[in-house]
Parts: sequence; C-alpha cells; structure tokens
Amino acid sequence: MLGIKDPTVWIAYILCIASTVLCVVYGLLCWNRGDEPAEKEDIRWAQEEKKVEQELVEGPTKT
Amino acid sequence: MLGIGAFEVIVVLVYLLVTAYLGWLGYRHTKSAADYLVAGRKTHPVIMALSYGATFISTSAIVGFGGAAGMFGMSLIWLTVFNIFVGIFIAFVVLGGPTRHMGHRLDAHTFPELLGRRYDSKGIQVLTGAIIFLFMPLYAAAVIIGGSEFIAKVFDLDYEKAVLIFSVIVAAYVVAGGMKGVMYTDALQGGLMFVGMVLLLVWTYMMLGGVSQAHDGLNEVSNAPSLFGKIGFKGFTSMPEFGWGVKPAVEASAAGPGSAANPDAYNLWWIVISTLVMGVGIGVLAQPQLAVRFMTVKSKKQLNRGVLVGGVFILMMTGVAFTVGALSNVYFAKAEVIKGKVTEVVTQAPVFIKKERGLAPKAICTLLRIDVNNDGVPDTTVVAEGVNETAPDGKVTKPWAKLMPKAEIADAATGAKMELAVLQAGLAGELKGRELLIRPRASAFTRAVIRQGEDWEFSSDSIIPIFINQAFPSWFGVVILVTLLAAAMSTLSSQFHTLGSAIGRDVFEQATGMHNRGVIVTRIGMILGIIIAVTFSLYARGGYIIPRATAIFFGLCASAFLPAFVGGLFFKRVTRPAAKASIFVGFLVTVFWLAFINDKEARALGLCYALLGKHSLLVNAAGQATAPNWPVVDQLFVALPVSLLTLVVVSLLTKRPGNEHLAKCFQGHKVD
Repeated sequence: MLGIKDPTVWIAYILCIASTVLCVVYGLLCWNRGDEPAEKEDIRWAQEEKKVEQELVEGPTKT
Repeated sequence: MLGIGAFEVIVVLVYLLVTAYLGWLGYRHTKSAADYLVAGRKTHPVIMALSYGATFISTSAIVGFGGAAGMFGMSLIWLTVFNIFVGIFIAFVVLGGPTRHMGHRLDAHTFPELLGRRYDSKGIQVLTGAIIFLFMPLYAAAVIIGGSEFIAKVFDLDYEKAVLIFSVIVAAYVVAGGMKGVMYTDALQGGLMFVGMVLLLVWTYMMLGGVSQAHDGLNEVSNAPSLFGKIGFKGFTSMPEFGWGVKPAVEASAAGPGSAANPDAYNLWWIVISTLVMGVGIGVLAQPQLAVRFMTVKSKKQLNRGVLVGGVFILMMTGVAFTVGALSNVYFAKAEVIKGKVTEVVTQAPVFIKKERGLAPKAICTLLRIDVNNDGVPDTTVVAEGVNETAPDGKVTKPWAKLMPKAEIADAATGAKMELAVLQAGLAGELKGRELLIRPRASAFTRAVIRQGEDWEFSSDSIIPIFINQAFPSWFGVVILVTLLAAAMSTLSSQFHTLGSAIGRDVFEQATGMHNRGVIVTRIGMILGIIIAVTFSLYARGGYIIPRATAIFFGLCASAFLPAFVGGLFFKRVTRPAAKASIFVGFLVTVFWLAFINDKEARALGLCYALLGKHSLLVNAAGQATAPNWPVVDQLFVALPVSLLTLVVVSLLTKRPGNEHLAKCFQGHKVD
C-alpha cells in the first residue's frame, strides 16, 4: 500500500492514524465533560505547589 | 546547504530572547499552573497538552530515534503507535484523573512523594527519589547529545564545543529562569515544534517526488547489501525478520546461495521492538516528570481536551521524525549532490561500524573530506568506496567494496565524471581547489561518518542533522534547529527539576527530616545532575547512544515504578511491603540485566568482563551468543513481569493496609 511492502509496517501507519483519530474523537466527545469544582484539597495542593515553586527560585521561605 | 550567516544566528538569538522573556514574564506574574488552580481560572487545555507533549518529545525522539529509523527503517513507526495510544490516550484517560485526585488528596508534589504517601512510607519516597536522581542524568545526556549533534552540524562546529555551548544555554534556562510550572514557554515551544515538523514532512516528500515515488525509492535502496542483513534487516519499508533462536542453515539451490546457521538472524527484530519500541512505549506511563503534570490541571475536563491536542501533536512529532529518518536513505542514495572542494582523500581508513568493548568491527574505506563553504576547512566526509580485506591467498575475507557506498565524482564546471584514482592523482596538482560535484550514493548510516578523536565512525545519531543540513536551505535548518532547541529545553528543564527535587525534597528531606533545607539540596542536585549529564555527553557519543540511553531510563522507570504506581492508583489491596519489594526488584533486575546479560550494555559497562572475563553471561569468549536471542532482549521484558509478580504476591502475603489510610488515599476530603 502506497509503496510500503510489509503489511506489518503499513498496519503500524494505519494504527498511528487510528490512535490519533481515537484521541480526536474522544477529545471532541468529552470536550465539555469532566468539570469538577475545586475542592478544599485542590486549593490546598495549589497553594503548597506555589510555595514549592517559589522556594525553588527565591530560596526557602521562613516558617 | 551549509553556510551559516548573520541571519541564521539572529534567528536563534531572537528565539532564545523570546523564550527568556516569556520565562521572565511567567516568573514575574507567577502564572504557574498552581496559580490557575488557586485563582479558580482554567488552564487552557491546549497549553497543558502542548506542555506535556513538549516535555515528552525532545531531541532524543527526533534526532536519536529518527536516526535509528534512518538506520533500521520504518519499523520504528510502531513506537509512534505506542506514543499516541499509550503515551497520550491511556496516560491521560486512564491514569490522569486518578493521579490528579490522589496527588491532591495526599498533597504530593513529586512522583516519589505520591508513591511514598500512597503507601505511607518514607522509605519508598527515598528509594524512588534515589533511583530517579541516579538515572535521570542518563536520559538528560541523551537529549543534550541530540541537541549538540545538531548545533555542531548547523554551525559547523566541533561536537565538543557544541556540547559546551548547549550546556551553558541549558544551565542558564534551567537554573536561572526555570520553574517547573511555567507552561507558557512550553506551549510556545510545542507550537514551534508542530509547525517545524509539518514543514519537514511535506518538504521531504516533495523533494523526493511525492509519497509513492519516495516509497518506491526506499524499496529500491533497500535492495542494496546492508550491514545489518545478518541480524535480520529486510528493507527500509519492512519489519526485520521475526523469529527466535538460531536460524537454520539454508542449502544452496536454484533459488539462491546457501547460508550457514545464524544465531543472530532475528536480533534486529528484538532490538527494534523490545528496546526501541517497548522500552519507551511502555515506560512513558511511569515517567516522573510527566506523571506530575496531571496534578496541575483544574479538572478532568482539561485532561479530556488535552487528549485531542496531545494525540495530534505526538503523531506529527514522532510520526514525522521516524518517517523522514527512514526516507533520508532515499535522499542520500539518489538525490544528494555535494558541491565543494575535496581537501583530502583518506585511504585505508578504518571506519567503526560499532565500537564496543571486545567488538569493534571496522569497514576499510577511502574517505573524501569536502569543503563546501569555501573556508578551506572540510565540512563533511563521505565514503568514496569500500576496500576489500583479503587473506594472504587473495581470497576476500571482508567484502567492503560491496557493502560500502561508491560515490560518484564529477567536475562541477563541465559535469564530466571522474574516477577516484584520477582525483587522488590530481589533487596535488591540477585538481587542487577544483570545484567538484559528489554524489555519495550512500545509505543514511554509511553517509553519517563522524570523527571521534582519532577515529572515524558511522553514527546514526548524526543522520538527522546531516540530512537537514544537506537537503534543505540553511534557513530551514535554522527553523528545525529552533524547533529542536525548543523540544530539548522543555524536556531538559523538567528533567533537571525532577532530579533536583528527587534528591532535595524526596531523598534529603525525608531521610533527614529537615524539611526546610531541601531547597538548597535541590539546587545543588540540579547543578550536579547537569554536570554529570554534560560529562556523559562528551564521552558517550556514537553507537546509537541517544535511543539506547533513553530506552534504558524509560524501561527502568517502567520496571521499577509502573506496578507500584498503577497498583497504588487503582487497587486498595496493594500493601506497603509489596510496593517496596516491587520497586526494589524492578530496579535490581534491570541493573543486573544491563550489567550482565544485555550484550551491548554489558560491554559498555564492563563490569561483567572485569569480574568474570566474559562480556555477558550469555556470550562466550568468541563473542557468540550462547542463548540466542536473550542478549538483545530488553531488560524491560524480564524486569517488568518480575516486579509486577512481586507486587501481587507480596500484597497477598502481607496485611491489608488500614482503612483509615485507604480512606485518605481514595475517598474524599480531609475533614477539618
């Protein structure tokens, strides 16, 4: 097919396209699904993450 | 063609400045992922997916694995299938949500911390952190080598100088500007990468006459005698020959000449599939610097949207790189014409096909050193012809004339073809400084001649840089260079941050209990990691080291961490001793296999030889495998099943974790 001799190779190309199509279709179908309100633990995580990042750049924060 | 001028340098400088500016902007406004969560804003899914993709794909993928595709052909495309289906779809859809939830619930900010808190074990956090810190520099080196190979070719520099220049840029970016959460720069880099690769694919096919024409050309060049025929190479559009064990002898008949029994006949299939495809293909699921990114999104919705972007992005990155890598064979064999002056003809030059302890076959060639940009210094080296090695009785022992390319030489002014002997004779006299047209008519691998110290060597890691540099105008070379720099820097910054926090936050803080000193250790760790990676890059060039080093790290992560990670995310029955044992066993089996079994790696490490006088436990003194094809089977194939089995068996034999702990990991909010 298209000059590629070995079927196991052009099957791989087809699977590449198919996997990408799967990703696109899934993404489109679930584009607006999965919304979750930010829970306490999400916000707590984000605050700690921010602190960790800042420490990396500015040095340890005094506690 | 070569010829870097002010324009190209300016383009690169502008890119670096824009990146630096964005990094500074991000830092100033602390627009990190965490900020989005805190402020309740949404991280744009395109940004998140591009950031993930830019971190995942690097010069390792494009230069290293692309070069492997140049050497071995389109069989590498199977890795793209895994990259998309496993690396994006399974990772985002199956693992992403639970990783995010558990990470937030347990307040884990690194991968070792996630595992450590899931199993309520400091030991696991320390062990995981230590493994990451020890081995991540290997993967980082692979990325640096890829970037340096490219910089060296585009700017016509010595490889070593390119490594040092690249390292300074990387160090500045990582240490001074980089925060792990600055996704803006990652997104810019991802966008650039996408555009660059689309251009590369389209232009390559156009240059070779269209898709069918290019593939026909590839089939044609596949018929030439190959250096890899003995290990199963069947052509650039075919899989290597599949099988196990010794291929039986074939008697000579009307159909063709006979062949002896061959224990290496199926090696290439196992090298391509078990190491190059599966090592990275599966290992992506347990990559510490990728897994933590799932924690940075606001909700599952961002992950869902990210699947779309990620899938398309990865297809264009590795799908293009591997296809173009394979297609470069057509270019070098049929299309490439080098216009320049031959500065030197090197006769009887031994060119290493591979350079391993105890196994260093060399092809004897006549080499042409060619100055393309008229500065008197040779810019590229091609094989003019191979020279047969013969026994004293005249019988040909090594048919290099057949296996090596035969370049065509012509006078640039008249177009008249010239024999090599005529060139050699005339170089001192009337042909000195004469502009010539040279068609290498080589395969990608035999075109990629590099100088390593005093030695000549074929190096697949140089295939993509040579191809881009030779086949396209220099402005395009710079576009691709900028693309590759983007890919490399986003990956490198995440690698060094990950290994830094592994030693600082995960090992040091947990082992000593000093929870405020970790940051200094993190920074020292990052610098140490950079130094180790750069040192390795200077000394380990050649022998498709880029994909090998990458596959080793990915495979190790899969074998050591994947069972405990996935088990921890989905199964309450997995116990702390089981996770510890699984990580330990996965690590040990991997290291053992690398040091004592895997032929190529055991030779490189030299430990087996130092202790036992054999290069591998499964290879005899004559260099033959005593148990084919085990010495080329990747350590992942053995270590991962063993570590998974360990996880299951030890879980069943040990006490179930307490309900309170499980509730913290799996159920809802912390009660204040």
